[in-house]
Order: sequence, then structure tokens, then C-alpha cells
Amino acid sequence: MSRSFRLRVNGVEHEVESSWEGESLLFVLRERLGLTGTKGACEQGECGSCSVLVDGTLVCSCLVLAAAVPGADVRTVEGLGGDEPTDVQRAFVDAGAVQCGFCTPGLVVAVHDLLDRHPEPDELTIREELAGNLCRCTGYGRIVEAVRVAAAQRRAAP
Amino acid sequence: MSTLTGTGRARGVGTGAPRPDGIPKVAGTFAYASDLWEAGMLWAATARATEVHARIRRVDISPALAVPGVRAVLTAADVPGRPTFGLDVADQPVFASDVVRYAGEPVAAVAADHPDTARRAAAAVVVEYERLPALLDPAAARGAPAIHPDGNVFRHLRIEHGDVHATGDVVVEGEYEVGMQDQAPLGTESGLATPTADGGVRLVVATQWLHVDRDQIAASLALDPELVRVELGGVGGAFGAREDVSLQVHLCLLAKATGRPVKMIYGREESFLGHVHRHPARLRYRHHARADGTLVKVEAELLFDGGAYCSSSPAVLANAAFFACGPYRVPNALVEGWAVRTNNPPCGAMRGFGSVQVCFAHEAQMDELAAVLRLDPVELRLRNALAPGDVLVSGQRIEGAAPVAELIRACAEAPLPADDEPHPMALPGGPGRTTGAGQRRRGVGLAVGFKNLMFSEGYDDAAAAEITLADGVATVTTACAEVGQGFVTLVHQIVHEVLGDVEVVLAPASTASIASAGSTSASRQTWMSGGAVRLAALEIARQRDEAGNGAAAAGPFTASVVHHHRPTTAIDTRGQGSPHVSFTFACHRAVVDVDPELGLVRLVDLVTSQEVGKLLNPLQVLGQLEGGAAQGVGLALMEELIVEEGRIRNASFTDYLLPTALDLPELRVAAIVEEPEEHLGAPFGAKGVGEAPTISSGAAVFSAIRRATGLPLRRVPVRPSDIALAGGAP
Repeated sequence: MSRSFRLRVNGVEHEVESSWEGESLLFVLRERLGLTGTKGACEQGECGSCSVLVDGTLVCSCLVLAAAVPGADVRTVEGLGGDEPTDVQRAFVDAGAVQCGFCTPGLVVAVHDLLDRHPEPDELTIREELAGNLCRCTGYGRIVEAVRVAAAQRRAAP
Repeated sequence: MSTLTGTGRARGVGTGAPRPDGIPKVAGTFAYASDLWEAGMLWAATARATEVHARIRRVDISPALAVPGVRAVLTAADVPGRPTFGLDVADQPVFASDVVRYAGEPVAAVAADHPDTARRAAAAVVVEYERLPALLDPAAARGAPAIHPDGNVFRHLRIEHGDVHATGDVVVEGEYEVGMQDQAPLGTESGLATPTADGGVRLVVATQWLHVDRDQIAASLALDPELVRVELGGVGGAFGAREDVSLQVHLCLLAKATGRPVKMIYGREESFLGHVHRHPARLRYRHHARADGTLVKVEAELLFDGGAYCSSSPAVLANAAFFACGPYRVPNALVEGWAVRTNNPPCGAMRGFGSVQVCFAHEAQMDELAAVLRLDPVELRLRNALAPGDVLVSGQRIEGAAPVAELIRACAEAPLPADDEPHPMALPGGPGRTTGAGQRRRGVGLAVGFKNLMFSEGYDDAAAAEITLADGVATVTTACAEVGQGFVTLVHQIVHEVLGDVEVVLAPASTASIASAGSTSASRQTWMSGGAVRLAALEIARQRDEAGNGAAAAGPFTASVVHHHRPTTAIDTRGQGSPHVSFTFACHRAVVDVDPELGLVRLVDLVTSQEVGKLLNPLQVLGQLEGGAAQGVGLALMEELIVEEGRIRNASFTDYLLPTALDLPELRVAAIVEEPEEHLGAPFGAKGVGEAPTISSGAAVFSAIRRATGLPLRRVPVRPSDIALAGGAP
């Protein structure tokens, strides 16, 4: 069974045509809309690589049916900043939080969500909040540092 | 504590230059192999064997071909060239045709219009089996009927060093077991193959070694290697899992058969089935020492289960044997190892490559010896620590750095964390809050390990690089696979260091543009491809100087280099020789809290020290120390592929547990020891640093758990039941 529906992603309306109803939001973003910044790595909501915001709520897009969220505001890694990297994206690069980078888009989305809710997170809060995003390269040390850097910059900003 | 940070501004070696691919990666625009797309592209899926060991009576692909949207279904009958592949020995069928030797072995591959269609069609392939008795116990492999024409032993190796009959005042014996670990890179296997007009094929793929993929594809497709063009797609981590062929040959066959671009991405379950794992091992040790703690002799028996096919088992076993005694002066040794074939999942390369398994055992043995001799375990290690000029059990003399005592002291002398009652979230069991106050026991453990850099035993794993400098732009070409480690950053730093203020452009890695870089493994690319880039840049600098300030000063200048490491030798029948180029050392100290009733462990603190030759990029080195340690900790505490009756039972991220941010403390770096090895050929004196952190981190955690519980634990990962049910309770 296939159907067409509209999806609003990063403020842009898309007509998704003849999508099989079982297709996840992750699949539709990547394969039908060409937004490949969102990654898939476990297909079961364990690794957080596919993290996006749906109406401001952090979700694993592999667990959300695309056909279930027409009308919602979907925000992906591509829609966090404008042409320039966000403070969090910049902090990830400067702090050395990027190695293979496969987990990075999901983590960047998750850290934006974290800092919106906890502007001054302590280390345990950072680690607990990011425990749903697996990284195999970094051991999380530089990622935690990137969160600290981004939080400090936001505090220092006028 | 030393700090490893860079300014992120300066550009030469020794600075924390940022990754050139950093911004695309955080923005989501970096193209991984799984992100590729071509017009008219088909999707592929693999049909895999459901039996562990069976004769194939019949393969019926007609139900798969009948699925609407399916464009091709291929089996062994469709492989025009060599029917097998393999890194060391081509003993693994591209598709099983007569016999299936492990559950998950590919039998057919499908190309279809939609990935779900391809998967459904693959599931529709009918295979009729006649079950054969499965060989599952590696200890039985040598005496069992051969399950493969090549026999059941991948390699047997015996090291006899010094007086093998020597005895000590005290003898400590132990048997240890290491479970099967998975590399679990976040990016699964993926690639896109396209038929080319010249009758060849182009494959863009996530791999560790472009040229060895190309040669294996060419052999099985019966094509001239020149007609097979393998290019590096963006790689989502590797850790050894991508050194062997997985989907490469299948994709190229499907592209040729359909005449269309074909893409494949393994799901996580297929990724667990479709690549090799770290060898599970059984290790028996007997340490002889004098009463003052001086080691007299080490005897070790090593049994590595290689699973159904060879992969890199012979080299993994050799590493385990060469480094079986740890970084200690061992004048006499008898080490005997076997890597055997079973019907378990195939095993091969993973970060640390044989040294990881034996480190758990040799360090537990040192702790037990210290206990018997009533010596401090740190003092015992210092008394026996390897030093430059010492001779290894292979008979090779250490010509470079070996600051083992310095590394041990740095970790041992680092301040211990406070033993206050932790935050409830930081108790064993974590946010589950299962461990009550006062139930935890604290333990401290230290471990030190080492391994070789580059390939060994006479292998010439050379690396090529080419640089063209024109109008202030240096274009660098190598076939080195960037898998996340940061080689791309080093290229920029090395060229800036040698040529000054030029713009650096790194050309895409492709078999069509340059000769092999060798594998991104064995901590070798900094030394090998980094060395090749440095030599090419030096040649450009020479040409530029020669051109002077005249009209020729703008170039273009071109330099091509093939960089060979110093030669090594094969070993003789007693396992003696000079098989290695260089070595790398690291030490860790772990502090754990254990709930002995529930068997839960919390890693409280982890300190490390490492010898690096020379720091080229402190920020990237720190990333390797942290990430490598996490993988060692994972093996000690939670990471195990559970194989029952030959079948992997936990092929998912729900059931195969990777450390999360909450499972790990911040790694503290007690010392970075720089002893440049320019005299051995290291570029700027620098060494690869990626593997050493994975060797001793887990062994330190294991030691700390043994200390905390007082239990003679023998196995990693340590399971809750190993602690809670020790001594036959409930």
C-alpha cells in the first residue's frame, strides 16, 4: 500500500509521493527527500544516530512512521543552522568530538535539545542525557567536552 | 595530569589542527558510502544460510525471482572467476554452493527496485540442507574430521626462547577465557557498484584497504584488476571489521548482471553476521619466578577460535604468541598457540589484534604472582619491566622505545579518586538504583600491554603517495583509507610542516589513481602513508629549492614515493627471528565499584599513560586514547557476541551492549611519553597510537574487579553471575 502525503522538514513543505506506508521517517528523509545527514545504524532506537526533532521532541526517526507525522515540524541536522555551523556543531569540531562522524549528526541534534532544556548541565547530566546516542570512536570524552564548550559559550554570550 | 589539547589554529605537526572533514561531518553533508545515490539505482540484499554446518542439496531462486521488482538473483553458479575470497588464504566461498560452514554464510544475492523488496526476495530463496555434525568446540578442532579441504588448523606456532626447562622458586598457574567481541562500527557495511563502459565495474565502498578489495573482486569476476576501480566512500568506523571482503564481490556481480548501479547497506543484524569478529580465546599460563619476583620463565598455551574461514587468523595468532608474556623481561619462554577452524562465526582483525586477549591473562598472572610473593603488583611489574635493548621472546632485540617502567609509574602515582559515597546515579547499576548505600566494594587494578606496528614476519606492506605542487596548491594522492582516525588531518599537517604555507588538497582515494597504501590497520598509516606523504613533500621541497626564484619557481613539481618500512624477518621453527618493525606501549589504572550481591560493576576512574614516538596532533591522539580505552573497557564489562550452537544470539544493539556515555568516566592522561623513532623510519619520529589503548584498558578493569571482589575471576567479559554466584551461592 502506498500513499502520498505532505511533510514539513526544516521549514520546507515536501510532497512525498507513493511512499509505502511502512516506511520510517528515517527512510523517507534519506531516500525520498535526499536528506542523508540523518543516519541509520541499528533500526531499533538504540543508537540515536537517526535523532531528529518532531515538533520540538527528540525522537529516533527509525521508530517513527513518516506517514504518521504529516503536519508536524520535523527538524534534522541539515536544518539546525543556516549556512554557518551552529555553536554546537562548531564546538564538536574544535573539541575533537568528531572521528568517523557517523554518530555525529544525531548527537548534534541531541545536544541542541539537551542545551535547550539544561543550559548549564553538569557532567552526570550530560552523560545521562547522551546515553541514548552510541559513539564507537571517541569514548565520549571529547563529546562531553564539546557540550561543556557550547554551554560555556552560550553563558558568555550577551 | 598532562593535557592533550591543541589550539586548533596552527597548521604544522604537533598542533591540534582541526579535521578538514569536521564541518561536513557535523553538518550532515559528508557523504558516507551509505549516502550514495545514482539514477536508476537498484538495491541489493543477501540471502544467508540458516544452518551452522550442512550440505546444500538444492538452492531454488525462483520464488525470489517471482517477487515483483526483483531484477537479479545470483548464486555461486553466477561467479565467473575464482569462487572464493580471503585476506590471507582464499578459502571462503563468495556464495556457499556445496557446504555451509557457519550460520549466516551468504548463499545468494538479490537486486531489486526497493530495499524492502530485495530483503523479501532474499528471504524467499529456498535452500534445502542436509545437516552435518557441527564442530563448535575449538579444543576439539585438531582431532576432528576436517570441515574444510584446507583442514581445521589455520596456524600452529611454537615459540621456544632460552631454556624451556628452566624453573622458578614459585610457580603460578591460571586458565583464562576471552569472549567474542564485535567491532560494531556505527556505519554498517555499505557500497554502490556501477558497471562501466569498458566492461569493468566501479565500486564506491566503506573499506580499510582499497587495493586488496580490488584484487579479490577482480579474481572472482574474472576481470583484469585495471577494470575494477575501487574508490573510498565515507567510512563510518572500522576497527578491523572492514579489512575483509563483505559485500564487495556481491555488489560488483549484481552491477554486472543487471547493467545498473546497485547499492547495498547491511542492517545491523546482517552487519553482525557479515563481518569477522575478535577471536574468542582460551589461554593457559604458568609463570615461574624467583622469590624476589624476577620472572624466570613463562609458559603459555593459546587457543584461538577462528571460526569457519581463515581471514587474518594466522597473523592474529602470531601476535598473541609474540606478545603473550606482556612487556616484561622474560628470559625463558615456551609459548604454543593454535588458531583453529570451527563452525562458529569467522573471526579476524579487531583493534589490538591478538594482544588484547593475552593481556587479560598475562596481567592477571602478574597479579596472582604478586599475591603469592606478597609483593605490591606495581612493584612486581616494575621489577620485570621491559627496557630498550631487552630481548623479546621472539628473540628480537628492542631497538626503539620501551619506557614500560615510566608508563607504569605514571599511572600508579596518579592521584586516586575520592572514596566518598557516589551519587546514586553513579553506583553500580546506575540509574536503576539497584545498589544500596554501603553495598559497594572498591578495587584498583593496573595493567600494561604492548604490540607491534605495521605488518610483520617479512611482509612488505609499502604505501604510495604522490604530491603535485602548482601555483601554491599541493595536491596529495594516496589510497589510504580514512576510517575516522584522522589521517586526513595529518596529511595537511605534514605538508604544511614540510612545504610551509601552501594550500593542501587531498585527492579522493581510488585504486585508479595510485598504488596501494596498505591497510588502515596495525596502527600503521601514520608511519606508512604519513611517511610516504612526508617523503614526497621533501622531494617537492628539494625541487622547489632547485628551481630557485626564476620562472620555474611556481612549478608544477611532482613527486611520487613508495614508502617501505625497514625489513623484518620470518621466524624459524623455534619462533625466533626479528619479525617486527616497531612496538607501541600503554598502561591503564582502573578503579571500580562492585556490588558483590548483584554482580554489578561501575567503572569509577580510568588513568592512562602511553608511548607515542612523537605527538603529531595532540587532540587526535587524545581521541584515540579515549576511544581505544572505551573498546577495551567494553570487552571487560559488557561486550560479547553470545554464540550458542554456532548461532549468534544477540545480533542487535539492544542485546550486544556497547558502552554509553554513562558507562564511562572521563579518561585521565597521566603521561604521554615521546621517544621519537626516526632511526627506525618513523616520520618525524611518530607512531600510530590507535591500538595500544585497547590492549591494557580492559585488563586493568578486570584486575580491579578481581581486587574488589577477591574472586579469582577467569573470564571476560565479567558477567554479573560470575561475581554474584561465585562460590556456588543460591
